[in-house]
Amino acid sequence: MLLSVRNLTSYFFLDEGVLKAVDGVSFDIQENETVALVGESGCGKTIVALSLINLIPAPGRIIAGQVLLSGEDVVTTPKDRLRQIRGGEIGFVFQEPGSSLNPVYTVGHQIAEVLQTHRGLTRKEADKEAVRLLGATGIPDPEKRAKSYPFQLSGGMRQRAAIAMAISTRPKLLIADEPTTALDVTVQAGILDLLEELQQQYGMAILIISHDLGVVAQIAQRVLVMYAGKLIESAHVDALFSSPKHPYAQGLLDSVRLRADRNAPLRGIPGSVPDLLRLPGGCTFHPRCSVSDLSCRTQFPPMLPLAGDRSCACYRVHQ
Amino acid sequence: MTATAELLNVRGLKTWFPSGNRWFGARQWIRAVDGIDLTLRRGEILGIVGESGCGKTTLGRSLLRLVSPTAGRISFAGTDVLALKGNDLRAIRRRMQIIFQDPYACLSPRQQIGQILAEPLLLHRLFSKTEVEARVAALLTEVGLETYFIHRYPHEMSGGQRQRVAIARAISLEPEFIVADEPVSALDVSVQAQILGLLMELHKKRALTMVFISHDLGVVERVAHRIAVMYMGRIVETADTTRLMSNPRHPYTQALLSSVPLPDPTIRRERSHLRGEPPSVFGAGEGCPFASRCPEAQDICRRKTPELVSKQTGHIVACHLR
Repeated sequence: MLLSVRNLTSYFFLDEGVLKAVDGVSFDIQENETVALVGESGCGKTIVALSLINLIPAPGRIIAGQVLLSGEDVVTTPKDRLRQIRGGEIGFVFQEPGSSLNPVYTVGHQIAEVLQTHRGLTRKEADKEAVRLLGATGIPDPEKRAKSYPFQLSGGMRQRAAIAMAISTRPKLLIADEPTTALDVTVQAGILDLLEELQQQYGMAILIISHDLGVVAQIAQRVLVMYAGKLIESAHVDALFSSPKHPYAQGLLDSVRLRADRNAPLRGIPGSVPDLLRLPGGCTFHPRCSVSDLSCRTQFPPMLPLAGDRSCACYRVHQ
Repeated sequence: MTATAELLNVRGLKTWFPSGNRWFGARQWIRAVDGIDLTLRRGEILGIVGESGCGKTTLGRSLLRLVSPTAGRISFAGTDVLALKGNDLRAIRRRMQIIFQDPYACLSPRQQIGQILAEPLLLHRLFSKTEVEARVAALLTEVGLETYFIHRYPHEMSGGQRQRVAIARAISLEPEFIVADEPVSALDVSVQAQILGLLMELHKKRALTMVFISHDLGVVERVAHRIAVMYMGRIVETADTTRLMSNPRHPYTQALLSSVPLPDPTIRRERSHLRGEPPSVFGAGEGCPFASRCPEAQDICRRKTPELVSKQTGHIVACHLR
């Protein structure tokens, strides 16, 4: 097992109260696998991703759980070792490519810096390798682009450069947090292709975080669905899209597919995503759920396995 | 099409924004909207799709004269909108409204919902002060909100609720025409369908004519009767929704449609490979604006700008090769 997350719990301690951004999340990622973490904005997806490299901003903190990377617990590992893991074994691509690149250095310089730090290359070797990597991510004329500053590149090119930097250390796991959300759809297609190509070439696992079920269906092998800080369903991509079990997962898929059928009523899921500071008791989805009953209001249902290598947190599904 | 069925007629609309230094070198123009012809029948929903920066928002705002077009003609119910001034302009604006993308930015944080909704009613002197309160309550009910929201502030509401308020404000003056500019893009997916449902219900009940702007082809496919595809400030293709989706003719439309990832893992299709990204906003110069990225571009595409030509009834394409 490449990555094994057990009972990961990350809270933010705010003046208004304790915000339970990630609340007891467990999942595994195998070598070479593409796993998607989906959910709506504010459900805690990004905090899961940041927790995997122990990089939650204050006042947030991992308060319980383990993140085992090839058996090593990222949560308790010393700072020096963490620095090797971040950007080393685990590469990271963010939503806004502008924010992961430093505006005052050339793109080539920044990639070379990573190579010098993590792979111990000399400056000259690193510069050469940076150009090669930029070329490998499909940037035309990489020698020239290596000398460009981020603002001189388009959004798509910047994201390619950010990906080049993330894969420069040949990570075992690439975490891509909404890597195409800021991009136009024709540019997005190219980035998705690139991620698939690189995965085959370098043999890395990818954790892609997205709210776009279209992107997820096209790229993932396995899907984790999150709602209000908790995982509520985990399944193979085909199984989830053909027969979602959790009422939230069903509603989410219906919301996207309703558009295909012009005559079906447009309803979506009633209500709205709850405020993480004022979560309803019991199953956090019960106020919006059409099949909830009394048992749903007392305690959050556990993630229990179902046939076909999938699991779901819903009393009604397991009844 | 009879003359009375036509609500909006736009000819040669251009909205350019000045850019660059006025004193040194040539002044450049950002050609956000660069020669657009449109016709809308009463009750029709026209979807406008395109990628960011293609000019769809500027087009929507130009139609309502929220920005001043550089050239062209907009005829709304037979009235030349660009020639109007003062009271006449205000009177016609009552009949055309807009819903913005961001329900956080478009509502004043310092006004209660009741005040926000009462303001246009009082400004246009449609109701007396005593009638306004009942009218506001009726509007809230119509968009699916409880009347106690009258005394709430926008920050106390969710994104979906705020968008309902924005919609209530847009319909409060009983307009005939509404521009909805990415009305669900800022909302969570599970909430988007609710808001689309509300818009469709209002469209039917109030016989609204709408321009529905979105980058999300799935949303537009669901709501629009007809779709216009924009690229670099121009319309490159227009057709009925079903025809455009099933039989796109323009190479850009084809690339755009095949780029959209389908929420179905059993259909993993070949993603289109468009080279590069849109050219400079200052205009591509001579030739087809899409030529630099078009996989089929020929010599003529770089020399001559293609005109919109009707291929079949209602299917209009601007491409030399089609």
